[in-house]
Amino acid sequence: MRTRREIRARKALRDRVAFHGVGIGTAFFFLAPFGIGFLASFRPNSESGLPPLPPWPLSGISFDAYRILDGFGSGVWQHTMNSLVVSLGTVVLTVAVSVLAGYGFSRYRFPLKNALFVLIIATLMIPFQSILTPLFIILARLGLNNSLFGLMLVYVTLQLPFSVFMMRNAFDAVPKEIEEAARIDGARDLRLLVRVLLPLVMPGIATVSIFAFLNAWNEFFAALVLLSSNDNYTLPVLMTAVRAGRLGAINWGAVQAGVAVMVVPCLIVFLLLQRYYMRGLMAGAVK
Amino acid sequence: MTMSGIAFPSLHHRKRKRSGWRGLLYIAPAMALVTVFFVLPVLFTVWMSLHKWPLLGKPAWIGFGNYVRMVSDARFMAALGFTAHYTIIVTIAIFALAFPLAMFVEKPRPLVSAYRTIIFLPVVVGLASASLLWVWLANVDSGLFAPLMQRLGLTNGRINLLADFDTAFLTIIVMVVWKIAGFTMIILLTGLQAIPAELTEAARIDGARRWQRFRYLTLPLMRRTMALALILSVTGSILAFDQFYIMTSGGPQNRMISVVYYIFNQSFVSFNLGYGAALSIALLAILVTISIFQLWLLNVGDERP
Repeated sequence: MRTRREIRARKALRDRVAFHGVGIGTAFFFLAPFGIGFLASFRPNSESGLPPLPPWPLSGISFDAYRILDGFGSGVWQHTMNSLVVSLGTVVLTVAVSVLAGYGFSRYRFPLKNALFVLIIATLMIPFQSILTPLFIILARLGLNNSLFGLMLVYVTLQLPFSVFMMRNAFDAVPKEIEEAARIDGARDLRLLVRVLLPLVMPGIATVSIFAFLNAWNEFFAALVLLSSNDNYTLPVLMTAVRAGRLGAINWGAVQAGVAVMVVPCLIVFLLLQRYYMRGLMAGAVK
Repeated sequence: MTMSGIAFPSLHHRKRKRSGWRGLLYIAPAMALVTVFFVLPVLFTVWMSLHKWPLLGKPAWIGFGNYVRMVSDARFMAALGFTAHYTIIVTIAIFALAFPLAMFVEKPRPLVSAYRTIIFLPVVVGLASASLLWVWLANVDSGLFAPLMQRLGLTNGRINLLADFDTAFLTIIVMVVWKIAGFTMIILLTGLQAIPAELTEAARIDGARRWQRFRYLTLPLMRRTMALALILSVTGSILAFDQFYIMTSGGPQNRMISVVYYIFNQSFVSFNLGYGAALSIALLAILVTISIFQLWLLNVGDERP
């Protein structure tokens, strides 16, 4: 009897050790590249060419890598600001446009409603990589070539299928009675939407925002094609210059500093708003 | 099946809707953006593809000339072949890791949500950032892998992983798996969690072994989810660009030029805009075909649950 219980306890322990052994090994594989790159970005310039064995700085923490990174393009602040302006602008515009559209699709009836909704969703099928040339030309015609605002508009458009879908569902889930009550109290149209309904669809807005931010912050291909002057580059485009190096020599410390600048905001946003991110992922997955 | 809290309510039928044109006002900004930055460009791409369209100077109508050229363009065919090769290998690799991971993080146990979050972290950073990180790790002099392998005595001297096609390809596959596996894992996880626990329990009581339960219960019930994860992985991989551009610049021997990379080169390096447009239409046709196939595949899954 006792031995049996002992055997069972030992088996449970072995199970747990095996489970967490695999877990820790897996976690190491997924975390290590971040950790090594992040640590290496604080090595002094004299160590930046050495293999990261070990990855941490041997002779004291230094910001050499960040200083050298700052020497590329118009300085890392300028390019970080470019990335921030584009990403936050994309968030604001995406939320504004998709809240309006979601509300319209959820609460109103109008000609061609379903066809227009399907049209917005169907743009998902077409890769934007295949329409960049005309986008380039259209933006030039609008006087928005090589402009962060033009890039922002493109990013907003790319976010629309997902965002309009999310917001329509969010409004669909709001009981009509709330709206009726507010209407009786005299709230109308936009005021009703902003004052009464907006707080109720906040989770949907959070989801839409986090996706808009991450996608705009991380996007590389469209930015590479549509931005032509140095001082407008977003971070990923700037990094191609850092990665190409100067006079054939690449400063890997600066590359890792740039990676840190690009990666850390994503990780923070994700860890803070994980719940909303996962919600969006699930909604997108079942769509 | 996994609609967590986001419902399509039947409220529509309960209450009459305000009709008329006001609704159009609300959707007008969205429609304007989609029209100007999506519908027009698609039509424009078709139009451009029928022209010889240099960066400067007048476009000249050449009918299907670009498409004729495309069919006999050996480099484009090579790009198609490489992209297909990459898509197949990377999809298999992602599934080979993501499926066990999904089963690993399925059961509620202590620390499981921490593991899930950690595995998912690379998904939220950019592919460009991931490529920059890994191109350093794979660098022969200043990176991690080559010096580490040498120090461990696995290799004689340092191997330049990115100089040889096979090792460079392998490096990129490992990087992409690291970056994407968490995403596929979460998709598969939603499918696993949708399987009713009573079913598994019943099968266990009936004496089905672990492998039998997996083969005859889990896999069939996961059809739809797997189809979705598969399609997402395939469409994503066909559009691969960042990793080849940043990590290998299309090398070694220009053997890593994906379709999007080739279109980029034709359109924005050689400025054959018309030809680039024709190539884009080919890419678009491939993706739309896959999307239609996807709808069909998902529907098939519905009929046979």
